[in-house]
Amino acid sequence: MTDAAADAPIPKPDAGDRARPERQEPLLAADGSPLKKSLQRSLRRQKLRAFGLVAPLLLFVLVTFIAPIADMLFRSVENQIVSETLPRTVVALEQWDPEQDELPSEDTFLAMAYDLVEAQELKIHTRLGTRLNYETTGISSLFRRTGRGVDDFGEIYLDQFEDLNPNWDEAGPWVDLVADEGWEHPAPFEPSERFAALMSETAAAYASFARAIQQGSDDNPREEEPWAPVHMALYHDLMRTDPGAIAAYEGPRAEMLREARAAVEGFESQPVREMFVAEEEDWLDPEVWATIKTFSPPYTPGYFLTSVDLKLSPDGEVVAQDEDQRIYMLLFQRTLFMSLMIMGCTILLGYPIAYLISNLPLRTANLLLILVLLPFWTSLLVRTSAWKVLLQQQGVINDTLVWIGLVADDARLTMINNQFGTIVAMTHILLPFMILPLYSVMKTIPPSYVRAAKSLGATNWTAFWRVYFPQSVPGIGAGCILVFILSIGYYITPELVGGTTGTFISNRIAFHISSSLNWGLAAALGTILLVVVLVLYWVYDRIVGIDNVSLG
Amino acid sequence: MALDAGNRKTDFVVFDRVQKSYDGETLVVKDLNLDIAQGEFLTMLGPSGSGKTTCLMMLAGFETATHGDIRLDGKPINNIPPHKRGIGMVFQNYALFPHMTVEENLAFPLEVRKIGKDEREAKVRRALDMVQMADFGGRRPAQLSGGQQQRIALARALVFEPELVLMDEPLGALDKQLRERMQFEITRLAHEIGITVVYVTHDQTEALTMSDRVAVFNDGKIQQLAEPDVLYEKPENSFVAQFIGENNTLQGTVQDIDGKVATVRLDDGEIIDCTPVNVSQPGERTQVSIRPERVEYNRERLSPDAHTIHAEVLEFIYMGDIFRTRLRVAGNEDFVIKTRNAPDQRRLQRGEKIEIGWLPEDCRALDA
Repeated sequence: MTDAAADAPIPKPDAGDRARPERQEPLLAADGSPLKKSLQRSLRRQKLRAFGLVAPLLLFVLVTFIAPIADMLFRSVENQIVSETLPRTVVALEQWDPEQDELPSEDTFLAMAYDLVEAQELKIHTRLGTRLNYETTGISSLFRRTGRGVDDFGEIYLDQFEDLNPNWDEAGPWVDLVADEGWEHPAPFEPSERFAALMSETAAAYASFARAIQQGSDDNPREEEPWAPVHMALYHDLMRTDPGAIAAYEGPRAEMLREARAAVEGFESQPVREMFVAEEEDWLDPEVWATIKTFSPPYTPGYFLTSVDLKLSPDGEVVAQDEDQRIYMLLFQRTLFMSLMIMGCTILLGYPIAYLISNLPLRTANLLLILVLLPFWTSLLVRTSAWKVLLQQQGVINDTLVWIGLVADDARLTMINNQFGTIVAMTHILLPFMILPLYSVMKTIPPSYVRAAKSLGATNWTAFWRVYFPQSVPGIGAGCILVFILSIGYYITPELVGGTTGTFISNRIAFHISSSLNWGLAAALGTILLVVVLVLYWVYDRIVGIDNVSLG
Repeated sequence: MALDAGNRKTDFVVFDRVQKSYDGETLVVKDLNLDIAQGEFLTMLGPSGSGKTTCLMMLAGFETATHGDIRLDGKPINNIPPHKRGIGMVFQNYALFPHMTVEENLAFPLEVRKIGKDEREAKVRRALDMVQMADFGGRRPAQLSGGQQQRIALARALVFEPELVLMDEPLGALDKQLRERMQFEITRLAHEIGITVVYVTHDQTEALTMSDRVAVFNDGKIQQLAEPDVLYEKPENSFVAQFIGENNTLQGTVQDIDGKVATVRLDDGEIIDCTPVNVSQPGERTQVSIRPERVEYNRERLSPDAHTIHAEVLEFIYMGDIFRTRLRVAGNEDFVIKTRNAPDQRRLQRGEKIEIGWLPEDCRALDA
């Protein structure tokens, strides 16, 4: 507002706007083109240049920051491993209702046999076992042990076919029978359409075998006899197929088929379920199947539920986690509580220091600021280890207290490997992040405000509390956000001095990333942490206002 | 306690041999003695670093006197903290609390004095009316113009009805036109309420137009304490003569002093009569001071007692209401005269040789 407004008791802020004549037509530049366009044209070069300057950083941030975060968020719900490893089983289980407390059908067992034999050849069945073990313990060993014997499932049929004609246990004849005429080894195996039309299950089972050994161990199907499940498929196909259709078949090795069809009716058979049970009794437990069904969709809320101590029951309902496995809510609460404590401690310790520094002459203030920043020049590990030296039971502080006589020698204080140690060490480490924003804000508060307050009759305390403090709130806000967000994700200090009661959620995330390799859960925990921070940020914005945050 | 005719205390504020040093080596304020009467508008005028603001701050209680007493209404206040002195203060940059509205700013001194809500609101309203800002109570200081902030700062300093108000260059941040308006308003308010004002400025126009008395500070000392007209017309030393208004100086030596007339031989040999001010004996070097508007070149207007001297016109500047002419007089090439733009006034030409004259009373022999 101009000073002219001071002359009129009632201001007219829009007077200037009203005075300007109304413009209907767009302004034209000297060459007759619209002014806006020529302005844009003249600014384009500048904008491109500015973008060019920012582009490397933008790219860097995109590749190293945004993309990993997006990937992490995706991992927390991604669950394609079940449907990719057990595609047939997942389809077969769609018909099955776990609430009926019955085992799945024979077809499902068959599908599982085909899936499992392929998966063990590709050596991915243990990975799936590990994944499902997060949900139901025991599945990992079930998969591992079954995987060892699954290529003999259907051996009973293999033996009978071999007795009939030794060619059934030879690699070459099988390739002649099933393969497409144009197929040669290095290319992925292709069954002939003619054979697949007649005996679909066998064609699929053999193709699965051939591709698995090609891909898994780079073997040539022409040199490897198929595993027993293929013979099981052959038995099923022959039993289903009309002898007339087989008689009419004219592909290679058709006579082997006709011979087998004639004999197959007399073959001994065995349900697939029995084969599984012979390997592992646990396959009779519906919970195993229910777990597979529950986690068969490509996306799952399971990791998030685990993160908040809930789980999907095998019936697909959300239930509380078993009591002995509820740790994450406790860890989240502890992380929040301790971060708030640390934030409070840094305010209490940092505010007077910042006030002191901001009121000192520049030379002294700079010296003190260097002292504040000194910890930054020391390695984080060294500082944290120094706290170990100070705080441990045989450490400097305890020794001193015992020497003074405040503490008995047999009752030394436990100050490390607990929450106290973490709060002390982290308050020390994060203190500069509170002092610096506070200082830079306090620096901008002219001393005349407090003087004015005092001249108006305010005591020192009132002048501070009513006039100085409200103006330093932006600095407190900035410091709080910095300290809180840094501490909520802090890892190394709680790891070193936190013991068991002073660890943060980030330590658990690190454990899942590097030790248990449960990245999905780590991602879900990280996502929740991110959301919590964003929510708190939002709450802070609503209460204090983000405009009130100032770094100076 | 001394009372003058209007039953006013003449020694309402007293500086008694006050000294101030920040570093223990140099004195910022040297032996200050000053009595300020109740209801008086006293201005401390001086260049920066002259100690005037330090004096104000000592009075307000933000600086302590190194030596000497400061008394307010008879009571020594050296050891009373600022908030108990009950002195209103207007700061250079207004110091309006940015996180409070105008009303809250004004209510602040009343709140800390625990004055009830109704009375508080009434007083705030009255103070806002007083500075004609009644419609701005809900605004924040940042939403006000400089002049408006100035008025609010004034109202805040007055709202708790102090008997003494200090102003530390309050108009320094305003533009010229607004400054003149505010000068008028502040003096009007001060006289209406009848409160004592100590005003600090380095702007001599402000000091001359607003004050009852002006104390000219330099080098930690009061150089002259007088009413504005006396200060202008009868400067007591060459600093005051130079500092207040425009001034012509001629260097010379005192030849003789005879009562109210001193004979001075100027450096080019010319002998003139002057009023001796702070020269005491013949042979002393002196600086002769003449105000530009007291010099006349129009023979018809020249008084018969006037002392005349030859001059050459170096520059003639038309300034509208006045003519400003730069002359060479007795070897001094910066001798300026100002003449009113009257219909019969002759306009001088460059290079013209003229004769100028002045009355011996207007020509003051000061220290060199």
